[in-house]
Amino acid sequence: MKVADFHYERPDSLAKALVLLSRDDADVQALAGGQSLMPMMNFRLAQPDTLVDLNALEELRGIREAANHIEIGAMTRYAMLEASDLVRKHIPLFSIALPHIAHSAIRNRGTIGGSAALADPAAEMPALLIALNATITAVSTSGERKIAAKDFFLGLYETALDEGELIKSISVPKALIENRFGFYELTRRHGDYAMAGVAIAAQHMAPLTGLRIVFFGVSDRPLDVTAIAETLEGQSATDTDIVEAACRAIGNQSLHGDLNADAATKTHLAQVVLRRALRGMNA
Amino acid sequence: MTGPINPFDKPNSYIGRSVERADAKRLTQGRGQYVDDLQLPRMVHAAFVRSPFAHAEILSIDKQVAEKAPGVVAVFAGADLTDHVTPYVGILTHLQGLRSPPQMPLAIDRARWQGEPVAMVVAQSRALAEDACDLIEIDYKPIDAACDVESALAPDAVVIHDEYQNNLAWERVVDAGDVDGAFARADVTVVERTFTFARHTGVTLETRASVVEFNPSDETLIWHYSGQAPHMMQAIVAKHLGMQEENVRIIARDVGGSFGIKIHTYGDEFATAAAAKILGRPVKFVADRNESFSTDIHARDHRVTGRIGVDKDGSIVGLEIDDLTGIGPYSMYPRSSGIECNQILNLTGAPYAIDNYRARGTIVFQNKNMMCQYRAVGHPVAMAVADGLLEGAAHEIGMDVVDIRRKNLLRDDVYPTSSAAGMKFDDLSHQKALEKLVELMDYNGLRRDQKEARENGIYRGIGFVSMVEVTNPSPMFYGVGGASISAQDGASVRLDATGALHVSVSITEQGQGTNTIIAQIAAGIFGVDLDRVKVTTGDTATTPYGGGTWASRGAGIGGEAVLLASNALKEQVLDVAAVILQASPETLDIKDGAIVDLADENERMPLSDLGKIVYYRGNELPSDLAPELIATRHYRVTDFPFVFTNGAMAAHVEVDIETGFVKVLDFWAVEDCGRVINPKLVDEQIRGGVVQGIGGALYEECLYSDDGQLLNASMADYLVPMAAEMPDIQVAHIETPTKTSVLGAKGAGEAGTGGAPAAVMNAVNDALRPMQASIYQMPMTPQRVLKALGTV
Repeated sequence: MKVADFHYERPDSLAKALVLLSRDDADVQALAGGQSLMPMMNFRLAQPDTLVDLNALEELRGIREAANHIEIGAMTRYAMLEASDLVRKHIPLFSIALPHIAHSAIRNRGTIGGSAALADPAAEMPALLIALNATITAVSTSGERKIAAKDFFLGLYETALDEGELIKSISVPKALIENRFGFYELTRRHGDYAMAGVAIAAQHMAPLTGLRIVFFGVSDRPLDVTAIAETLEGQSATDTDIVEAACRAIGNQSLHGDLNADAATKTHLAQVVLRRALRGMNA
Repeated sequence: MTGPINPFDKPNSYIGRSVERADAKRLTQGRGQYVDDLQLPRMVHAAFVRSPFAHAEILSIDKQVAEKAPGVVAVFAGADLTDHVTPYVGILTHLQGLRSPPQMPLAIDRARWQGEPVAMVVAQSRALAEDACDLIEIDYKPIDAACDVESALAPDAVVIHDEYQNNLAWERVVDAGDVDGAFARADVTVVERTFTFARHTGVTLETRASVVEFNPSDETLIWHYSGQAPHMMQAIVAKHLGMQEENVRIIARDVGGSFGIKIHTYGDEFATAAAAKILGRPVKFVADRNESFSTDIHARDHRVTGRIGVDKDGSIVGLEIDDLTGIGPYSMYPRSSGIECNQILNLTGAPYAIDNYRARGTIVFQNKNMMCQYRAVGHPVAMAVADGLLEGAAHEIGMDVVDIRRKNLLRDDVYPTSSAAGMKFDDLSHQKALEKLVELMDYNGLRRDQKEARENGIYRGIGFVSMVEVTNPSPMFYGVGGASISAQDGASVRLDATGALHVSVSITEQGQGTNTIIAQIAAGIFGVDLDRVKVTTGDTATTPYGGGTWASRGAGIGGEAVLLASNALKEQVLDVAAVILQASPETLDIKDGAIVDLADENERMPLSDLGKIVYYRGNELPSDLAPELIATRHYRVTDFPFVFTNGAMAAHVEVDIETGFVKVLDFWAVEDCGRVINPKLVDEQIRGGVVQGIGGALYEECLYSDDGQLLNASMADYLVPMAAEMPDIQVAHIETPTKTSVLGAKGAGEAGTGGAPAAVMNAVNDALRPMQASIYQMPMTPQRVLKALGTV
């Protein structure tokens, strides 16, 4: 299929982009890396009237160090994150997870902001951002606001962004020496969306403090079972304790099956990836 | 047999050498010429409205708004084409009883599968045509769909074609010997399994593509076509567009893979041709990936219940199979959709000495995309069923899976012989192939490793398959059934004035290296350097008449035609050289582009001198000499319906029993395709086939909803095997040339695709055995493996 006709705008400032995006008389969509939107447009599943290309916006690019966090511009591409010394040093979970995100050709174009704004429940980045307690800065013509990652992803392709609002940057707390991170995903082919995956962050492992566990590929949004941390906070929890607690947390929610795995399989695989990710953290 | 004795052992022969592909550089530098690269003056583009329902009455089609849309040249519904295209019926008379109603390019009154073309827009661009497709108002009345093959024959099933009482398309029974008697014997162990094979499809890198141009002034039509059988297309295009065959020209230049996908009558392509004829201007249609998944022929989708009986020594006393398959709403034209089931009945158990064999095949119509012949037609099913049963029986009686094959394989000294199903075999080497395989893979070492790994909680398995493959088909495949499909091929070889050879042959190149092996045969047989051979394929106006490339027939049949023509030209050239050199032709030879003395290879005259004398200075020749520097020969297989190939393969897998993931660790293939013309091309052909076979075993499946909606029509959701997951594939050969030709080449194209699924399935079951689990459903997805293990 060929993409349906659309207007194309390539603003050279964020202010201009926000004005274009604030129009409510037409379906206006922002174009970031285009790795999901362009295929959807090519299949005519998405037919925006106007496409606002964000690729000329310097304001949305770059990885900057602040006192306690790393500020990442929304248009920063996966490949830039992979190559960044700041990321390597301060966001070790990204370094573990990035090679698993699609293929290098896609990582050369795909952006952190685009992935967050799309909110594909099978994608790695939303789960990573929740696990890392990241904060998303949204911007529109009416100003800026900050949204915690855990409050940002609301459902299938659904986020807390309002009409006309754009992700400006994402801030990720710097890892401390005692923090521990885990990541594991199951893909049938390298680079595919995972059948099940998990991102884990802990402030401290023994005793356990500040544990966050977020699954992806198993529900209609990143599945945050961080609530279990409350039951284990301050204890010397074994992997088995954590897996059992997570299972109890999952047990209350119905996981979403897909073409290749039903909900029962997803539930089983979620336990497997969690166990393996924890094993990786201890290794 | 004609020609010099044993031309293959000459030191300057190219046959048997891994020469580089002549066209690799051109293709890798982006200089290929695919159909979509064509831009013709006044060319317009077709797009199709396809049925969103698996089964629906078409109450009305309103084209008016679409016809006025920007850039639109014409809009056609099914009824608009009835005066321009005659209906086609996909039956072959030798598949007795196979029935299928007439088809038209676009659905009329009723749509019978989701994706069936219903209307066509021709516009200035593909995008504008698609815009206008959205403006066609079609009023559908959905009706119940018969999708599931198991229930398609139930008394209450919806009947897809009003002219029939039920959805049965064809039934065939083979009954040889006394299966019941054999199974009833007290010393016989009978093992039964039910196998399920998913629908999958060919996924060619280049999708189906056509540019059709019609010239009303001389009533000629040129179809630029991505496909594998130009002359077949010429015949059916002429027949159904009401033209004289000589006025239809099919040109297939570079083709990006075909695998049996691009050899059929597709409604969208015939509508494109009709539009070109009606409009008198070139029309392009290139299927997008979505259209490819939902309308390129699908294959497999068989459910087979099989029983095997073995005695205490492991000898097979009987085999019985019952195959049920659905082919979509019609049998595909012109090759029919009966061949896959027919092959399964013909080939199951064929590598083994079996006297008592019974097979039943049932083909039903259903409201899904049409099924037809895709690479290794029927083989993956036949091989997996027979060898899955055989390995099951081996374990039942406590016998090693290699030993049970040693016991039952047709002996290498038994040929010619026939199978219980009536297949005639000669020049096969099952025993040699198995022994070579066992040695190549270090079978005993692998078994030791498997035992050790199991003690560490790692579950590895080893699985085998012994196989026969239908290659080099004779007219008994299609022609006998009334189809305009040639089983013979022709080659012309011409010497030009500079000493170069021009070869024109009716087989085709779709990426496998046909042009290279043709050049090797011509250069090697005639005696010129390989880089002085130019090969033309894929054009009905410039090549001799022939079948094209399918059923592993290119090298064996087309190659033999080239050999015969090269030999004939050589004799003609030596006759001329003898006159010029005042020598006897028997004392001369051609080597490295020159006439030489046969005895000592001393050069007498370069071919360029001979060419110049003949073409420019004929006055120097005696007036009674009429030099012919071109020779044409044709070849067909006469002694056998098919020239069978054989092989043996093994897979080594590891099953992650926590996740159900299967990793193929190693794969070995020993193949006997007769004389190997280019070892590298044959090995790559086999490796590519193995990868497709692994795809069928582990990944590929066209997933439909219960109401006939294809759910995974994209490269993101339909999983083709990718390089990262593939093992190293070791290939070895036994060379038993077929006696049916001088060249002795049999086909190699089906091997991997046909054999790998069985080997992988057997290996997975070998790995699962300690858990008393088994799986006979392909693809063996993580979820299916977990279900087999009882985990989920």
